[in-house]
Order: sequence, then structure tokens, then C-alpha cells
Amino acid sequence: MVRFILNENIVETALPPGTVLLDLIRYHQHLMGTKIGCREGDCGACTILVGELKENHLEYQSMTSCLMPLANAAGKHIVTIEGINLPKGLNPVQQALAVSGGTQCGFCTPGFIMSMAGFCLSQKPATTQNAIAAIDGNICRCTGYKSIERAAVKVAELLKDRKKEDPAQFAAEQQILPAYFAGIRQRLFEMHNSNGAPVPVSADPAFFLAGGTDLYVQKHDEIPHASVRFLFDKPELNGIIKKGNKCILGPSVTVTDLKESTIINESFPAFQRYSKLVSSTPIRNMATIAGNFINASPIGDFTIFFLALDARVNFVSQGNPAKAGRTIPLRKLYRGYKILNKEADEFVSQIEFDLPGKNDLFHFEKVSKRTHLDIASVNSAITLSLDGDIIVNAGISAGGVGPIPLFLEKASRFLPGKSVSEELINDLIELIQTEISPISDARGTADYKRLLLRQLIKAHFITLFPKLELTKLVFSA
Amino acid sequence: MSESKKYGNLNPESTPNIDSYTHVRGESVYLDDIPMVSGTLFAAVFDSPIAHGKIKRLDLEEALNMKEVVRIFTAKDVPGVNQIGGIIPDEELLAEHHVYFCGMPIALVVAISEEAAKAALKKIKIEIEPLPVITDPREAKEKGELIIPPRTFNLGDTDNAWPACAIIVEGRSETNGQEHLYIETQGAYAIPLENGGIRIYSSTQGPTAVQRTAARVLGLHMHQLEVDTTRLGGGFGGKEDQATTWGIMCALATYHLKKPVKYSLHRMEDMRMTGKRHPYSADFKIGLDRDLKILAYEATFYQNAGAAADLSPAVMERTLFHCTNSYFVPNVKATAYSCRTHLPPNTAFRGFGGPQGMFVIEAAIAKVAEQLGIPASEIQQKNLLNTGDEFPYGQIADSEANECWNKAVKLYDLSKLRKDIDTFNASNILYKKGMALMPICFGISFTKTFMNQARSLVHVYTDGSVSVSTGAVEMGQGVNTKILQVAAAIFSIDPSLVKINTTNTWRIANTSPSAASATADLNGKATEIACLEILHRIKMVAAEEFKTIPEKIEIIDEWVYAHGEKTAWDWRRLAFETYARRVSLSELAHYTPPGIHYDLKKEKGHPFAYHVYGTAILTVTIDCLRGIYEFDSVKVVHDAGSSMNHMVDMGQCEGGIVQGIGWMTMEEIVYDKEGRLRSNALSTYKVPDIYSVPKQIDIHFLETKKDSLAVFRSKAVGEPPLLYGLGAYFALRNAIKAFNPSADIPYDAPMTPEKVLMALYQKKKLPETALS
Repeated sequence: MVRFILNENIVETALPPGTVLLDLIRYHQHLMGTKIGCREGDCGACTILVGELKENHLEYQSMTSCLMPLANAAGKHIVTIEGINLPKGLNPVQQALAVSGGTQCGFCTPGFIMSMAGFCLSQKPATTQNAIAAIDGNICRCTGYKSIERAAVKVAELLKDRKKEDPAQFAAEQQILPAYFAGIRQRLFEMHNSNGAPVPVSADPAFFLAGGTDLYVQKHDEIPHASVRFLFDKPELNGIIKKGNKCILGPSVTVTDLKESTIINESFPAFQRYSKLVSSTPIRNMATIAGNFINASPIGDFTIFFLALDARVNFVSQGNPAKAGRTIPLRKLYRGYKILNKEADEFVSQIEFDLPGKNDLFHFEKVSKRTHLDIASVNSAITLSLDGDIIVNAGISAGGVGPIPLFLEKASRFLPGKSVSEELINDLIELIQTEISPISDARGTADYKRLLLRQLIKAHFITLFPKLELTKLVFSA
Repeated sequence: MSESKKYGNLNPESTPNIDSYTHVRGESVYLDDIPMVSGTLFAAVFDSPIAHGKIKRLDLEEALNMKEVVRIFTAKDVPGVNQIGGIIPDEELLAEHHVYFCGMPIALVVAISEEAAKAALKKIKIEIEPLPVITDPREAKEKGELIIPPRTFNLGDTDNAWPACAIIVEGRSETNGQEHLYIETQGAYAIPLENGGIRIYSSTQGPTAVQRTAARVLGLHMHQLEVDTTRLGGGFGGKEDQATTWGIMCALATYHLKKPVKYSLHRMEDMRMTGKRHPYSADFKIGLDRDLKILAYEATFYQNAGAAADLSPAVMERTLFHCTNSYFVPNVKATAYSCRTHLPPNTAFRGFGGPQGMFVIEAAIAKVAEQLGIPASEIQQKNLLNTGDEFPYGQIADSEANECWNKAVKLYDLSKLRKDIDTFNASNILYKKGMALMPICFGISFTKTFMNQARSLVHVYTDGSVSVSTGAVEMGQGVNTKILQVAAAIFSIDPSLVKINTTNTWRIANTSPSAASATADLNGKATEIACLEILHRIKMVAAEEFKTIPEKIEIIDEWVYAHGEKTAWDWRRLAFETYARRVSLSELAHYTPPGIHYDLKKEKGHPFAYHVYGTAILTVTIDCLRGIYEFDSVKVVHDAGSSMNHMVDMGQCEGGIVQGIGWMTMEEIVYDKEGRLRSNALSTYKVPDIYSVPKQIDIHFLETKKDSLAVFRSKAVGEPPLLYGLGAYFALRNAIKAFNPSADIPYDAPMTPEKVLMALYQKKKLPETALS
């Protein structure tokens, strides 16, 4: 049994915990406002809000219900469009979209409304930029978005008087959202105290499932009927900890967790810029870093990010959880296309990496057909440790240019002991061309990917060393 | 008499989309939201994994033995004719002996759950003997694989004109297809009625097409089939003809099983099995005199029609109609071939072949400009259509082309825009800007003249409320809002008293699809006639009561006035009294625009009720390191006539522009050589998101009071704005040239970041791929 609050009511369901929430909402609860557009998290028409108690705070995030297992809803507040409707009339978010002309065919509209409502329930500063960021996972084919942008301005305006209040309380008091939101925190609290049976742990799981954002795209028809070990909501698998210059990530840490972490933002000042290039708000709220590693896509953005940092991955075995796990460098995880150096019963228990220090530089680059909410054609990350002008250590990674996410061994070994110059970079680029083997596919031809990686390597250095002479780099080769 | 005196207020500036209330509350009903009848079964189509071949063996046994599977239908279960081709009967509903494209339906599984139906698909085994696959339209033409004989439009005599030209440029251009990506996928739901009738709920732009074709396939009369459409979650042409298949699939199962059957396609099924915007390849030759006047233009179009005709002949025709865009060219020869390939049959998509035709002349002009080292706008401006100029098909232009262009140049200060770009480019290495002007001209009417007809059924009830039924299908374009405005304004009643009904083939028969931008004109005008007829009758009643003549009766804001004096009757009383006097409160009106005709033998006539013009200025910035780009602005002067709904019309402009830019930039359809779609999901086919749209879109309506055949003089706005998006391609070219002036860039859209990067660094002697 999975138990949670759906809008105003408690729902208890005996459906398999691997059933996606979207199907329960539409076909079992008959709440038809949540729409099906793609079933792969790429359109946002099925966006819902998920409210969760975190250290007594109630925090809401938007998620795509097409990729979210029921198990990950247990003990939470699930909100659909029906749950934010006032008994009569439009709430101010709905009003903003309607008067701005932000709805034409209307099919994507509930998703946009939910994402905007999620913005109203988040702690983020009430800026237009943040309101627009909240709808970065919603695709509209009719409006061209300009009217939706105008609505976003109005929505940000609604929150301008919010000070330190709890966002849900504020939204309920201001009648932005229905009054029942004010009581949810207490109800979730009580539900936790009277907690029902947890989702059972399968003895021999066919799948380890965390955020589900990739697994459901690949195996949506199998998961509901398979035995699944759910990893997302285990407190012991969460958390971002700093130990000296090391950082330790629990395996259910999501991209959003990283985005909101002080440790991460202090160590990677451009982290917000990088993460904006990675999928969309609802997907970032669900997708885990460990999942990105294990999915083994040759272009996994955070795999590339952490490869350059030479991260280590710790595994434990399902059969023997007491046994201390084994730790391997991330770069040793991949044996071939989607082939992992991992036993079937192992799952990631920890990710560890060294935080960049004051003599270290880090940068991440990604280019895709659509700059946001897209999979990379090529991505790359770089870490450089400097002693004055001299590079003492380097790590360079690249995705989309081989069957696995690549740690560029030769390139990383080539740099130490040298000082950065235009000539060095051009030599490095030539060397890298020998380490890669891109293929032509829907994300670009092999020739393009080769050229693009050259450019991204240049982009790393141009960004990190602004004094480099541009003409020598841009027009080289 | 002006409209405002003749009628009540249209409220063009303050009428929001009438569906916006239920849209934002998630209460609007789409196909998959219709409450299901108990006993509903679920269908799924088994489609060909191979683009061309002969079916050797189809083994359904294992699938049939699955316990939730009810039946599996194949071609032999078709009681009528296994044929869904609309213009030409060349497309089977279910493949019988041969398959002609990947995704061609072969069998229809019906099961007690959607999941079971999908699971059964995996158990069907098929053996197909592969046959040669053609994906390239030029290859198809070489092999004589044509859907219809080629057509040629002629004006003047190009052969005689070439010698007079000071410059002649030839070239080739390509435009790729475009996936409609309506967010609501295709689907239908059929319910058995008594006496063998079937009701089909269909997400279609053409309910009559579903009805007519289902009747043929099932061997029923049209009157036995009720097709009902509430609204679509987007259509864009993709549901004009290609919604029919799914409606018939469900109806076929219902016919046999006497059970409700539903099929709402998964996104990947939809993308794989349905056709898209036609890709075109073209050759052009253009000649200009010393003053940059275009003297002659020749073009040959190779349309990639896919495996069956679908709407391709009509799409091809519109390519020819729009081959000179908004320019006057005295000598034109344009030939088009509709080429049969082994792709899913391509179909209508906003612009309907027009954009593909216009791209070619814009490419020709750009090529001349690049050779002469001048901005293309100098050539564009000198050749804009003037009123009185003749189109290649004989119609005489009533042009707003110069008005729009001149207004745009002035309003948006073109010379300053240009100067700012030059300054920017001179001072930046990593970023370059490019600009393009895009004048447009689009003809309004179905080019099949007989399709230009519509009916509207208006009932006034005794409580004064009004219901309107037409053939128009609401798909986000706001047609229902406009029709409601017509009725409310004519009766001078509050819009809340008017209800627009679902589009239903039992209420309104023999409808044309909601397409060609003409839906509001045709159905709005029919509604206008119906309302005026009722108004006339109720005024007679009032005149009798108040002892005057109907001409002295007015209805203003729901009150009856006689001789300008307010009477004791309000609108509701008037409605009741009309009924009480046994006078009809209902009217079915028919409208067809006057004056349109076309002679196919001569390829001359007056096919369009009117044209819509406009000019856009697009500016883009490319990141020359990464090959990515952002559009800074799109600034438009658009010929709106007298817009009857600013929000709706503005929304159509903004949405069309972004869709057009998408087609020209990131939307890239990829089929492999075997005819398999590689860009088969939202993860591999990208449409614009909120961050990729132009930072600024300014739209100015050129408001004109000229008489036209547009409803309330509010010109059609569905398709024309998409054409502004073509400018995106040319702005990108100009930005690339600012970085790499020697780049020889093929005229090949879309201009993806890949093509941009490759062009930026072209001829920079990149090393070959294998250094190792």
C-alpha cells in the first residue's frame, strides 16, 4: 500500500509501487486535468507538485508525473491542477495566464499552471527570471511563449510582499492557492507519525530505481510488473556533506539538491549556469546524480561533470548490505556502451570527490541542438590545478564522442608541468582528436562532434583564462 | 454603414479566448478526457517495421492467445473498401500485400486494457520481403514515381527575358520537413449506436473527412456516422487528413465488436506513423536588371510526398501559388513534381506548401545579394507587389506589401538597427549578429474552389440564450471566440448568452476542414448571415408589437428600442414573444465567398478571396565559438485588416513566428536511408522552448478599413505569420558571413547549430577525422 495526500484527500493505493503517478491520477482517480504529452518528461504537460516534509518544513517541487513511481509519492502531498482550483473563479496564477493570452489550445496549460504554482510555493526570490525558470520544462506549441512570459511577470508580482513566511501559508492566506494548503504541513506530519507500512523492499530486484527519469523512458512497460528496489526516499541515501576538501554525495542527491547546496555553489561559482543547461526544473527535481552515472549514457551531463573531478563511486550489494562496499573511480565504471563495471545486485551508496580549492579551476561546457532542455551533442568538463602559471594536475572529460562518457586520459596527462598558452591549447586539441571516436546520429555527424569538442576545449580555456589572445584561438586550426 | 453602427460592440480589445477559463483550470475536455462508457475496449496499431516490402507472413496467433486480447483486425476485416486516400485513392487503411512506409498500419489489436493492447503488439510476428527504398524526391522523380503529373505556372516568357537580365543566378535549395508536435497526440473513441450507427469522437480538424472515409471503409451511409469534436490540443494541419485513420480504426473495431473502442496514440506511435510537413528540394534561376528589378524567375520544385497522395497535390499547388512570395515578377515559370517516396505520407502543415515555395525565391534573392555584396533587402524592397500587379496565376494583387514594408522600416528604424549590428560585429570576435527582412504574402481561401463553403446553425432559445453550431473546429486558433463575437455583436447581447457547440456532423453536414486560415471567415460569415436572418425576424415581431417598421427597431445591450426609445421588452422577452408568435428562432445559413474561381487547364484564375501581407525584421546573435545562437528580436508589421480580436490575432502571430523559426532552426527531421525515423521522440526532435524564443517580438497591426471578404474585415491570421520565421534562416546566414565571409553555405534549412558551426569554420582547413 502506498499512502499519500492527493490534493485534499488521503489516497491509499494497492497498485504496484512502480506504476507511474500519471496513470493513477488520470485513470484511477479520474483527474483529467493532468495531460499526457510524451511520457518521457520532455513536454511538461503532466507536471504536478510534490510537497514533502523536510526537517519540519514543507517543501514543494514540480515533477513530471509520467516518470514518477507511486513509491516516490509515499507520505507526500501530491497536487494536480484540480488541487489548486479555487471553488469558483480563477486563482491569480490562472488569471494571469488567461488575461495574458497565454493559453490557446489549452493542452499544455495545466502543466504551465502547475509549474507556476510550484514557483509560488517555492522559497525562490519572486523575480520574473525565477518565474520563467519554473516553466522551463513546459513545452507550448501554440503561443510562442511571449504571452506566457507576460503572465510570468504578473505571477512574480503576486509574491512581491512575501517576506519570510512559509510559502504555502502565504499562498493560502493571499488566496493564491486554496485555503487547505495551510493545513497540509500538519497533516503530513500526522501521517508520518501514524506511518503505514513502508514500500516493501524486494529481495531480488530487477531494477534499482531512484528518480526514474531515464529508467521510465526506457522500461516504462516493464517496471510496474517487476520487482523494484526504490532508492529515492531513503534519508540515509541523501545529503551533501563536506569533509575537509572532500565532498560526499548520497546517491539519491538530485540535481536540484546540488543547485541548492551552499557547498556546491561556493566551490563551483558558475554552477547555476551549468545546471541551467541540464534538462528542466521538474526533471532536475527528480533526477539523481547516481542515476546519471548508472544510466551510462555517453553524454550524461553530470557524469561528464564528475569525471573531470575524478569522482569515486562506492557500491554496496543488495544481498549483503552490511558488507562494506567497494569504491572505484568513476572513470573505471564504464567498460563499453552501456556496460558497467558493476554487479547486478550492487547499487551506488556514495559518491565522493575533491572540491576545487583556491588554486583549482573548473569549467563545464555543453552544446545541444536546443540550448536548454535537450541532450548534449557534445559536453565537456575540465579541472585544472595551478601552481602559479604551471598546471600541476588536470582532468578533462568529454561526452558524445565515444561509446562511453570519456575521461580523456592522454589529454589529462599531457597538461601537467606546462603553462597555459594558445599554442598549448591548440596542441591539446589535436591530441584530444586522437582520443575520441564519435559516430553520426540524431545529435550530429561525427565531423560535427569532432569540431564541436575542439570548440568546447577552446571555450574552457577562453572562459578560465580571459587573457588569452582570442584571435590565436578562434581562428586556429 | 460601418460595422459598429450595424451591430453591437465586437470588443476586439477585451475579448479573451472563451476557453481560457476551463483551460487554466484543467477542465477543458480533450479526446482522452471524455468520460469512458463502461465496457470500453482499447486499440493499438501494429505497424510496418520496414519502409517498402512484400508481406510474406503475418502471425497473430501468440498475440491472439493473450488473455486480455479481444480481436485483431487486418485488411480482410474491412467490410467496405480498404481505402483512405482523400484526393487520390492510393492509401490502404491496413496494408494488405505490401507495405510502403515504416509505420504503415498492418493490424489493429483490440484488448480490454491499453496495456494489454500494447503488449500484444510485441507478440505479433511478421515476415516482409524487403523492396528498394526511396527517400529522396529527386530520385523518385527520376524513376517516374510521381503522385500526379507535374504542374507548371507561367507568366510572361522567361526564355525571352533572360537576355535582358544584367545578372542571372542559379542555385539549389532544400527545406526539411517539420513534425506538427501538437501536444495532444492523435486519437479517437468510437461508440456503437442503435441500428448499426457509430459515434466517433475524433481529434480531427476535418470531422466530415472522418465521416466520409469511415463510411467508405465500413460500407455504411454517411448518415449512420456521427463524428463529434469538442476541441483539439493543437492541430497545425497534422489532424486535417491524418486524424481520419484513427477514427476509422476505432470505428472498424466497434463495427465488428459492437463495443466502445478507444485509441489515444503514444507520442512515439504518433511521430512514427503520421506524416509531416513536406520536405522540398528545388532548383532556381533568377534574373535581374541593373536596377535590381527581377525580370525573370524559374523554379522547379521536388516535393517529397511520402508513400501516398494524402493532401500532397493540394500542398504542391500552394507551393506554386506562392512561388514569388510578395514580389512582382513579370516572367515566371514554375514547375512542381509531387514525388512518391517511402516515407509516411506527408500532409498539411501551417502554410501548406506556401513556405516551401517562398523559401526558394528568398534563397534566390539572397544568392544574388551575396554575389553583388548588397543587403538582400535592397532587392526585396524594389520588387514588392503593387496593387494591380499580376500574380503568376492571373489574380490581380490588392497589395499592402509596400505599406507593411515601409511602416516596418520606419517604425523599427531599420537604418539604426543595421548600424548597431555593424558596430557590434566590428567590435566582437566571439559573437556576430545577422539580420534579415522577411516580407510575406499569403492567399486566403481553399485553393480547391468548391471547398470554400460553410454553414452555421443558430438557435435562439426562449430564455434568450443562443447556441451556434458550425463546421469550425477549435484547436487553439480562437475560431470559436471569433464566432461567438459575431453572434454576440449582431444580437447585441452579452457573450455569456452565446454557446458555441461541438463540431458535429449530424448538426452541420458536408463541412470543409478547419484549415487554410479560412475557418473564421467561412464559418463566421455563415454565422453572421444566420444571426442577421433571425434578427430580421425578431425585429418584425417587435415592429408589430410596437406598431412600427422593422427598420425602426434596434436591439442595444439586450434591450429593444423602437424609434430610438427604450421599450418594455428586453432581449429575453423578445425571444419568448417571437416563439409565442410561432416565428422561427432558428436558422441554418450557408456562405460561400463570391468571385473566386480557377481554371486548372490554363492555370489562371482568381483563387483567393484576398491576400495577407506583412514584413518582419529578424535579428540574431551567434556564438561563434560554439555555433549556438539566440534571436534578439523579431519586429513585424502585419496586415491584420481590422482585427476583431487583438489577443487572438496577436497570439496567432507570435505562435506562428516561433513555429516558423523552429522549422528554420532546431526542428530537424531525420530519416535514415532505410526510411526509419530517427528523430522519433521529443528527446530527439526539438521544438522551441521558452528560452529559445526571440527575446523580443514586436507586432504592429497595419489596420486597414478596406472592404474585404474577411469576417468583419478581420483578416485571416492562422498561417501567414509562420512565414516570418523564414527570415530566421537568412538572418543566421548573414551572421555566419560576418564571421566567415568566404563560407559557401548551401541553401539548406533548418540551420541547426551543427550547420552553423560547420559553416563558421568551413574552409579553415579542418584536419580530417582520422588523425590516429
